[in-house]
Amino acid sequence: MSTELAPEVAKTRRFKFNWVDSFLWFVRVAAIIAITVGIVGSFQNFAAGEGPSAVAWRDLIISSISTGSMYGLIALGYSMVYGVLGFINFAHGEVFMSGTMVGLISATLLFNNGFWESNPIISIIVVLLVAMITSTLVAIVIERVAYRPLRGAPRLIPLITSIGVSFFVQYTFAGLFGVAIRQYPPSPPRLAADLTIFGTTFPISGTRSLVIGVALVSMIGLWYFVTKTKTGSAMRAVAEDKEIAGLMGIDVDKTIVTTFAVGGAMAGVAGLMWALLFRGVDFLTGFLPGIKAFTAAVLGGIGNLPGAMLGGVVLGLFEGVGPLLVLGGLGIPGVSQLKDAVAFAALVLVLIFRPTGLLGERLGSEDRV
Amino acid sequence: MNLDHHVRKWGPVAGLIMSFMAAIGMIRSFDERMMINPVLSLGYIALLLSPAVFGYMAARGEVSLLEEPDRNVGEGAVKGAMVGAIAGVVTVAFMLVTNPFDLSGFFPNINDGMVDVMTFHQGLGLGSLILIAISTAVGALGGALHGVGDMARAGIFRALGWVMLFALFELVVTDVIDVRPIVRFIYAAGDGLQFWSALIIGGLAWFLGVRYAGKRAELSDAAKASEAGSRLRYSLIGVGLLLLIVLPMLVGGIVNELLINVALYILMGLGLNIVVGLAGLLDLGYVAFFAVGAYGMAVLTSPLSPTLAPLLNWWVALPIVMVFAAIAGVLVGTPVLRMRGDYLAIVTLGFGEIVRILLLSDWLTPYFGGAQGITRIPGITSGPVTISGTSPELFIYMTMIFVAIAAYVSYRAQNSRIGRAWAAMREDEDVAEAVGISTVQAKLLAFVTGAIIASFAGALFSAKVGTVFTNSFDVLVSIIILVVVIVGGMGSIRGVALGALMLIGILGGPKSQGLLTEFAEFKLLIYGAILVYMMLKRPEGLLPSVRRSRELHGAEAEQDAWLKGDLIDEDAEEAIT
Repeated sequence: MSTELAPEVAKTRRFKFNWVDSFLWFVRVAAIIAITVGIVGSFQNFAAGEGPSAVAWRDLIISSISTGSMYGLIALGYSMVYGVLGFINFAHGEVFMSGTMVGLISATLLFNNGFWESNPIISIIVVLLVAMITSTLVAIVIERVAYRPLRGAPRLIPLITSIGVSFFVQYTFAGLFGVAIRQYPPSPPRLAADLTIFGTTFPISGTRSLVIGVALVSMIGLWYFVTKTKTGSAMRAVAEDKEIAGLMGIDVDKTIVTTFAVGGAMAGVAGLMWALLFRGVDFLTGFLPGIKAFTAAVLGGIGNLPGAMLGGVVLGLFEGVGPLLVLGGLGIPGVSQLKDAVAFAALVLVLIFRPTGLLGERLGSEDRV
Repeated sequence: MNLDHHVRKWGPVAGLIMSFMAAIGMIRSFDERMMINPVLSLGYIALLLSPAVFGYMAARGEVSLLEEPDRNVGEGAVKGAMVGAIAGVVTVAFMLVTNPFDLSGFFPNINDGMVDVMTFHQGLGLGSLILIAISTAVGALGGALHGVGDMARAGIFRALGWVMLFALFELVVTDVIDVRPIVRFIYAAGDGLQFWSALIIGGLAWFLGVRYAGKRAELSDAAKASEAGSRLRYSLIGVGLLLLIVLPMLVGGIVNELLINVALYILMGLGLNIVVGLAGLLDLGYVAFFAVGAYGMAVLTSPLSPTLAPLLNWWVALPIVMVFAAIAGVLVGTPVLRMRGDYLAIVTLGFGEIVRILLLSDWLTPYFGGAQGITRIPGITSGPVTISGTSPELFIYMTMIFVAIAAYVSYRAQNSRIGRAWAAMREDEDVAEAVGISTVQAKLLAFVTGAIIASFAGALFSAKVGTVFTNSFDVLVSIIILVVVIVGGMGSIRGVALGALMLIGILGGPKSQGLLTEFAEFKLLIYGAILVYMMLKRPEGLLPSVRRSRELHGAEAEQDAWLKGDLIDEDAEEAIT
């Protein structure tokens, strides 16, 4: 290849460009075809009376939405930290795990007293508070010890640090609590039953509706906090431009701590949801939900708070319904094992199809580089 | 009482760290390993390290570039003692608060056994006082250490260091020396150093250090100087190589096994170093390429490969595996070409997990064996000789050859056109593009080279172990390789080797044990702590490449220059920020 002739260089470069683009187009088209064929196949199966029944599909969708709203709450923390500091806080999954783990202590104590059964709502509120406080504290400590000294470092440095923090927190909890999986007490019977309002019974368990309800309330509360309060405006200002925000009299460090604290609190709420939905926790509980929540944040458009929530629900549906609907339709056996692979594939596809996410990207100018 | 603010800061920190180590069971589990036979176990070293280190830090106070540090033995000792005392009190308070409750249901390591070890088996009352007293004394020693002269301090560190090395590496030392009476003189039969031999080793290290301090400075100066220096350097490299060749013959099977692991991680580290260190692409799914190599080799050579079983010779299969790896590199590399650094990290992590999940799934079980994996992978047959994991003495040489190839490729690439393109891309992608570097080509080349090197490691791994299972290809492996590269020094070949030797050799890899089996339980905790510490204090790694450390410390160098009064013009400053 001759390199001294400028036009030729330009030509080869344009050719390379096209080659990558055409590969990506090929991936896009292949993905669309595979998904379409899969869905059509599933519908044919359904029409032929094979595969899951309509009720099973409905339950699957409901459970996916409740799991997805948990992802959404964790994703809020990723999104907020990304908006303000411009890096992926890999350790956020561990913040979530810490809340769940410590919440377990209070839940077990309440259960042993019999209070869990007699006053389920108060018990859950207590556990919720414990989980939120723990997660908030863990998030604040992590920020203080590991991230604050790294302000202004090259952007991969905090990301790598957060991987280290994530390991450290995981194995701290392994050391403190042991490595065995521990079980939350079962949902109180009143909650485990189907939801009944004014005598009408809905096909959704009380636990799941509580999870979705709490997620909605938290989301609205957070939205109010970020858009209507002074601290919220400070956060948005810092996300826009730290230096200028500092010149305007905003305490940047304090605002960043607040961001971590709020993100941590949301992760704590998600911790309670995990407890209600899945019950089992161990020191590795935070890893997968953490990665998936990040996927959710990207899916919704990172830095965008309603986007994170929406992304969570969409991702929940992808990974809950997707394997059965698309892969099952393609005739692939053992689809439920591929749940996590579908979630990760969703991330890759989102970044290929629409890197800005569903609701676009809102980032500070310095972070766009 | 008016305490120095460093004392107020570091005292509680030391106490919290001591309590933390106790609460996660570290002290108690390390206590089982004797270091200096009757008196000192690893547990107490871990416990008393905090007062010593933080006592030293309190004595040091603020680090200033302009002033010579104020060195005063007495003052340092007092500050250190205060730190130690506070640390001891905090730790005792932690025990007093937790002891009345039965917490073992939630915290299995906070129990009477922990208190027993922490109080030197003297019970909570007397033991607490002893703990505070010892902690104070150690803190005072740490603080005093700051006050003594440079030579003396270096001597003390050297003596302590050698004693620790001898105590920790009992296995290797006994393996190499292998003369019963000497070994029995040094060690107390697999239970740490003898007290007297510890004193002798420490004394010798001190004495030799002082005796040859001038000589060593001369040598290192000579090495830097041109003519004679380069001859000296070459002879040093020669000695090093000779040692590498002879060492596997001297040590036994266990150590060789370990060296193979280290070499495999050096190999993967070198590959990842090209992707992360040279091209600046943070790949968290690197293990996927390792899996491609291992599974590719397994399918091509094993008679028990479920569907396809061409039963090839290892050497014939190797180029095919390389092609697979290259294709995998392009497949992973292309979609992430336009992604920013941190998105790339997560997406590659996702790819890594997808590969593992697919290999494990029912869908691909007919081809790759699923959870059963593929077994009976033959060794490396070259002519009449078959090298496999059962002969680690030979296998280590096999691995070394591939490490040498990878090191050569990295070295050549680094200093070539593509190496410069990578460096430019790492520093600023847009500018690199603007000056005519094809970033697409450069990135794909980095991915492909990295993938092929990882596939070497995978191919060797499957021949060594004889079986492949998906759990050898956890995301953990990717991250450990990354830690190896970062600790050693991104972009530096020597650094990767050092990082692998220290981390994989001593602490142990994710699935393998290191020399210090005592650490096994807390290995990953230590990995995490090391990673964070390195990023905060020394992001360029232990043996950094010059270029990389300049990138990371540009602003600091600027600041130093400014503090010393060498003012620079504003343009240069602008360029750096």
